[in-house]
Amino acid sequence: METAEAVTTLKQHLIDPEICIRCNTCEATCPVGAITHDDRNYVIKADVCNGCLDCISPCPTGSIDNWRTMPVVRAYSIEEQLTWDELPPELTNEQLEAFGVAEEAEGEGTGAAAAAAPSPAGLAEPGAQAFRSAQYGAHVPPWSAAHAYTNLHTPRNPVLATVAGNFNCTEEGFDSETHHIVLDFGAQPLPVLEGQSIGIIPPGEDALGRAHQPRQYSIASPRNGERPGYNNLSLTVKRVTVDHQGQPVRGIASNYVCDLKVGDKVKVVGPFGGSFLMPNHPKSHIVMICTGTGSAPMRAMTEWRRRLRNSGKFESGKLMLFFGARTPQELPYFGPLQKLPKDFIDINLAFSRNPGQPKRYVQDLMRERSADLAALLKDGLSHFYVCGLKSMEEGVVLTLRDVATEAGLDWDAIGSAMKAEGRLHLETY
Amino acid sequence: MSSINYSEKIPNNVNLSEDRTLQRALEGWQPNFINWWDDVGPEGSTNYDVYLRTAVSVDPQGWAQFGHVKMRDYRWGIFLNPGDANREIHFGDHKGEKAWQDVPGEHRANLRRIIVTQGDTEPASVEQQRHLGLTAPSMYDLRNLFQVNVEEGRHLWAMVYLLHKHFGRDGREEAEALLERQSGDANNPRILGAFNEKTPDWLSFFMFTYFTDRDGKFQLAALAESAFDPLARTTKFMLTEEAHHMFVGESGVSRVVQRTCQVMNELKTDDPAKVRAAGAIDLETIQRYLNFHYSVTIDLFGADQSSNAATFYSSGLKGRYEEGKRTDDHQLKGQTYKVLEVVNGQLVEKEVPMLNALNEVLRDDYIKDSVAGVGRWNKVIEKANIPFRLQVPHKAFNRAIGALAGIRLSPDGRVVSENEWSARKNEWLPSDEDRAFVASLMGRVVEPGQFANWIAPPVMGINRQPVNYEYVRFG
Repeated sequence: METAEAVTTLKQHLIDPEICIRCNTCEATCPVGAITHDDRNYVIKADVCNGCLDCISPCPTGSIDNWRTMPVVRAYSIEEQLTWDELPPELTNEQLEAFGVAEEAEGEGTGAAAAAAPSPAGLAEPGAQAFRSAQYGAHVPPWSAAHAYTNLHTPRNPVLATVAGNFNCTEEGFDSETHHIVLDFGAQPLPVLEGQSIGIIPPGEDALGRAHQPRQYSIASPRNGERPGYNNLSLTVKRVTVDHQGQPVRGIASNYVCDLKVGDKVKVVGPFGGSFLMPNHPKSHIVMICTGTGSAPMRAMTEWRRRLRNSGKFESGKLMLFFGARTPQELPYFGPLQKLPKDFIDINLAFSRNPGQPKRYVQDLMRERSADLAALLKDGLSHFYVCGLKSMEEGVVLTLRDVATEAGLDWDAIGSAMKAEGRLHLETY
Repeated sequence: MSSINYSEKIPNNVNLSEDRTLQRALEGWQPNFINWWDDVGPEGSTNYDVYLRTAVSVDPQGWAQFGHVKMRDYRWGIFLNPGDANREIHFGDHKGEKAWQDVPGEHRANLRRIIVTQGDTEPASVEQQRHLGLTAPSMYDLRNLFQVNVEEGRHLWAMVYLLHKHFGRDGREEAEALLERQSGDANNPRILGAFNEKTPDWLSFFMFTYFTDRDGKFQLAALAESAFDPLARTTKFMLTEEAHHMFVGESGVSRVVQRTCQVMNELKTDDPAKVRAAGAIDLETIQRYLNFHYSVTIDLFGADQSSNAATFYSSGLKGRYEEGKRTDDHQLKGQTYKVLEVVNGQLVEKEVPMLNALNEVLRDDYIKDSVAGVGRWNKVIEKANIPFRLQVPHKAFNRAIGALAGIRLSPDGRVVSENEWSARKNEWLPSDEDRAFVASLMGRVVEPGQFANWIAPPVMGINRQPVNYEYVRFG
């Protein structure tokens, strides 16, 4: 997944000034210096915070655990935050739309986004609170997750990786091109888990003569390496050739990464992420819903489960995948996916631009499978992961709600339990 | 090295098992500590399973693990923040030299005194608070009290480790004496005055954790700058725990204020008698408690001019609050600072050498920090549209230590006669009647999710648990 060039919204990390006691614990804890303060408030720099969550558990008050979905360009600046006496409310769908967020969901040229249906607008009853999918996303890992290391390497001390492979994993000849990159770290420590990401620093400088910021990519390989037992990992990177408005643009990082040759050296920072992590309990179920390069963490989790199963460490946990793309040719890892045994993973593919076929989105498939999904929603061992472009998130969570409600389940109870227990993870960009 | 070895009798991240002499000495002290806890720790709590936070490592991911444990079995231990082998002394006469891993002979007596004084406050507050569990306003608050108690216990461990490890026989004797002195004991009291005062009710407890534990924060922060590296690393980790105590105080008072405002608005009254009759604590009484705890606590910073303070700083034993973030020369020779004195019945400022005024510098940093929290309580009152505002009294009000000791001053800073003081004392400081009234409200409420009438529930629970979670399981 590629966030820096594809991002339109971010989950902005904020501190509730009504609950915060200004004890400085978060600022002292933050490994990347994202937190600062004045005499009035403690605040978080949106462009520095990497969501590592190191500050969450040391905070004695819980005020640190607040998040708002914001268009990147409208992220609250620290100057704004320093004037607050209370947190601003979540933006409504209408406000987000006014910033152009929802329009992009329908825009062409957003590649895989087309496979996710536009959010159903105006669903909320008059007077009722608007549905905000982000409020259901967990900020904690499941209880059986492994311990994640974060921020071992920062832009000041990046680790140098060697390119061990670079393959185009979409069929040649189509206008979109997604690469599978393998990076090797030799003897340098970079322990990672499925669901985590790393950052790559493109060489050179930006227009203002500053070093480029790292671009973040989800890891597509399991914890013990793209090749088991080797200190390597893989990424899924889409070459960015148009921006969100469909205008031609050459993404600096994605083109750099897609053009890498075997043997090239790459500056890497991270790992990042301490909550979008898979459960390790052998009876836990994983439901994965993704589009495009959002498949990277899903590939990592699936492959780790496959290796576990091959070594006999696997009980009754189910795997279910909903994967959307415009066409089969554009779907990364389409070939290898088809070879996975049916009793291992339940695969549902949605194509929105397959010639001669009606448009199908991941939500359509989820509705078709509502009986199975309802059973999984009821089960406290089920974990849901959503990864892809921002525009799919709302539709997917709404569909989960509808599935639950139609099965006579209490969505509010299930949704908040999944959030509290780290069983519903939303990673969209 | 940040992981903590829990397989040992004394959990630690200081390789205790490699120092057999020290290990034996501490294992000898441990039964006395447990006896002390049983004798004067939280009353009647032996069989409770309490939802407590325990450190399993000193990094962000590991230091806050939550679960139900019996307090007697709490994993008290010795945890130091990770060290930096190249750390340099960054203030005083030794600035630029390597930080000390052992105690230099010439500073031994002063360092021991600093550590003993800090260490003495930790068991003292557990003793002061031991009866409060019997009158908890909720299960949530009961849990917070117990968390504060076990962490004070662990802070005692931290100081005792330094005494045993670095001060030989003297240190071992001091460590024993820490368990022998007792808060309020006429014959063998705790070292500092504020730690011999009673904490008779929960309003006092919240004020204490807000004001007096904040003194702890500033003292620990100043010691975290110390040239003596083991002390700096120990106190740095203690600071992370200390933050919880101030949270208990700030949110506790805030919830009392919130409930009072709610009652005032329901009854459409600002008459303290009517508020009291409705079972809430009137804002005037809250103000008097604030005056008392504030003035008693700022005495803890010591005399406004002190040659000891100058020595501690210049020799590198104790820095200023946030020393590393200040941009002066970090030696302060030839600089001055303003302190207060009374001349001809008037308070006047006078310039004195800054090195001698470092107690006052720390006190002023403290005052700034505590005033900010009072401002946040006022936001609650403001939100309720009530014109009352809480405020901290003048720095010279009701002082017992330093040049301002014994001066009769109104809270707004006017020097008053002994007659006026006697006549109006009960307007300014809690009277026996005030304390009796607050005590009359203290009943035990421990059903999950239930709260005493005089306090509002918190906005959220501990560690993402709901407010009505079973924070304490009674055995």
